[in-house]
Amino acid sequence: MNRIEQVFRKLKKNSKKAFIPYIMAGDPAPDVTKKLVSDLEASGADIIELGVPFSDPLADGPTIQRAHERALHNGVTLRKVLALVRDIRQTSQTPLILMTYYNPVFKFGIEAFVKEAVHSGVDGVIIPDLIPDEAEEFIAFARQYKLDTIFLLAPTSTEDRIRKVINASTGFIYYVSITGITGSKLLMDETMKNTLTSIKQLTRKPVAVGFGISNPEDASAVASVADGVIVGSVIVKLISEGKDIAELTRSLRRAI
Amino acid sequence: MNTKTNKIPDSKGHFGTYGGRFVPETLMPALIELEKAYRKYSRDKDFLAELGSLQKNYIGRPTPLYFARKLTELIGGAKIYLKREDLCHTGAHKINNALGQALLAKRMGKKRIIAETGAGQHGVATATGAAHAGLECEIYMGSEDMRRQSLNVYKMRLLGAKVTEVNVGSKTLKDAINEALRDWTTNVLNTHYVLGTVFGPHPFPVMVRDFQSIIGKEARQQIVKAEGKLPDCLIACVGGGSNSIGLFYAFLKDNIKMIGVEAGGHGIESGEHAARFAGGSLGVFQGCKSYLLQNDDGNVLGTHSVSAGLDYASVGPEHCYLRDLNKIEYTNITDDEALKAFELLGNAEGIIPALESAHAIAHTIKIAPAMPKHSVIIINLSGRGDKDVQEVAKIKGITL
Repeated sequence: MNRIEQVFRKLKKNSKKAFIPYIMAGDPAPDVTKKLVSDLEASGADIIELGVPFSDPLADGPTIQRAHERALHNGVTLRKVLALVRDIRQTSQTPLILMTYYNPVFKFGIEAFVKEAVHSGVDGVIIPDLIPDEAEEFIAFARQYKLDTIFLLAPTSTEDRIRKVINASTGFIYYVSITGITGSKLLMDETMKNTLTSIKQLTRKPVAVGFGISNPEDASAVASVADGVIVGSVIVKLISEGKDIAELTRSLRRAI
Repeated sequence: MNTKTNKIPDSKGHFGTYGGRFVPETLMPALIELEKAYRKYSRDKDFLAELGSLQKNYIGRPTPLYFARKLTELIGGAKIYLKREDLCHTGAHKINNALGQALLAKRMGKKRIIAETGAGQHGVATATGAAHAGLECEIYMGSEDMRRQSLNVYKMRLLGAKVTEVNVGSKTLKDAINEALRDWTTNVLNTHYVLGTVFGPHPFPVMVRDFQSIIGKEARQQIVKAEGKLPDCLIACVGGGSNSIGLFYAFLKDNIKMIGVEAGGHGIESGEHAARFAGGSLGVFQGCKSYLLQNDDGNVLGTHSVSAGLDYASVGPEHCYLRDLNKIEYTNITDDEALKAFELLGNAEGIIPALESAHAIAHTIKIAPAMPKHSVIIINLSGRGDKDVQEVAKIKGITL
């Protein structure tokens, strides 16, 4: 059993939900990422998402766009993020997920990337601009080398799309809470509850919700209807301001 | 057309290995809805009649096919014809697509259309389409481009559009597209994204090509009437690739030499250009798989061209496919060569071309002399140069 599956099983046994924070690898500086990961673990993160910087992050709002720019400015590349993960793995067993746009992976070579990611200790990959319809090769190599492929669903997803994404996803399914980009305002409405319910009826795979969750109240509300809560922009913003994230992440953990 | 090209693209928008749909899942239902609506209305008599009537009475089609006698005599060699898309309403071929998509958006029940723009031509065309169709309109434009094309910014505002400045990344066309895609992802339920070229996720490359293919359909009839035969060579500039494919598409089965001209900027060796075929490699960018100017880590490189409309890091996927089949060949022209052609056409024919189209003229100047006198070249004069006059004066150190 892989690390992501183990985490969700253990949480379920204890009737708890997963706290999944996101940080950009190499932001504010490459040598700080390892420390941030260990801080997040200390605050009770169950799974950690590491962003891979890209020149054109079209699914991200202004806060995370600027983190991409800072990390690129620091010379961070997909290859360097994999090296960072290898280093983190010396001391940490927390599941790590890379969130990367598709072109860096495509340019790296799909099989080479999957192999190298697994070898480095990456547990799963989220690619916001890759839909299952275009991911045949990526999925095949991911299954071969045992890397989780986490695809996204959105409030606009039709039943046909939901089935497709469920089939393609391992580890968990990433439900995007709003029609929008990262850092938007959360809207806890009937659409979200209804879509989550219909997803749950079709699969026993865990569903984590992200986009727009910016405080413990949001996190608590989302945790009541999902298996995991993903928080990115608000953490990235604190990091960019040079502030300590521990207070926020601990309060998020408590709320989830 | 042979049967092989009839099956292209496949049902998911693949032109061989190129094209496809690489977008956030949130947009997938909208793309599927758009594809269905386009398929329906592209066969709908009422829609086609409305579009046809507006092409004639609003855009001013058919645009003339003009024999450039003085230019021909000056260069020597092949007879040069200009397909006068510069005479379209709003001054460029962009309106052919923008108006088509605005009418489609209205039929789909959308209340709002958005678009990206580089030089401002597609923005002006979309704002025009929105004004005509009675739709709300927002145009995304890089702050650097807004500075260079302030006249077009004001035009869009006069037409009732909201122009939103994009102040991130390189502050040019690609960043405006990112921002338009973010807007579409957020407002997908009531908004249609009028993508301006044969690029992005399926069905845009097909739909935009179809709306532009009227250029070649007209040119084919016009040249047969004027010369009693088909041309020997077609030449057009290639940014995203919509004016070129618009001209070429009706001639694909005719085995005619077709040349796409990319922006060579300061020269390929300088690294400052937008010649994707000469300097790029296969990549995935802004919705599709195509040739892309990128570094070894898969990040998209900055581009340069004197012409904003050609200044883009990738190129329409169907162009890659047709290049592999040897149907179209691609070359590039530097800023300096384009600027010379810009002046030459004004002097020789009294026509100031867009800097984009000047690239096609510059290449014609290179190859026409070696062609026999009875041979015929058609250049797509995709837009007029009014928008570029200020920038050209600035380059030449002239204060207006």
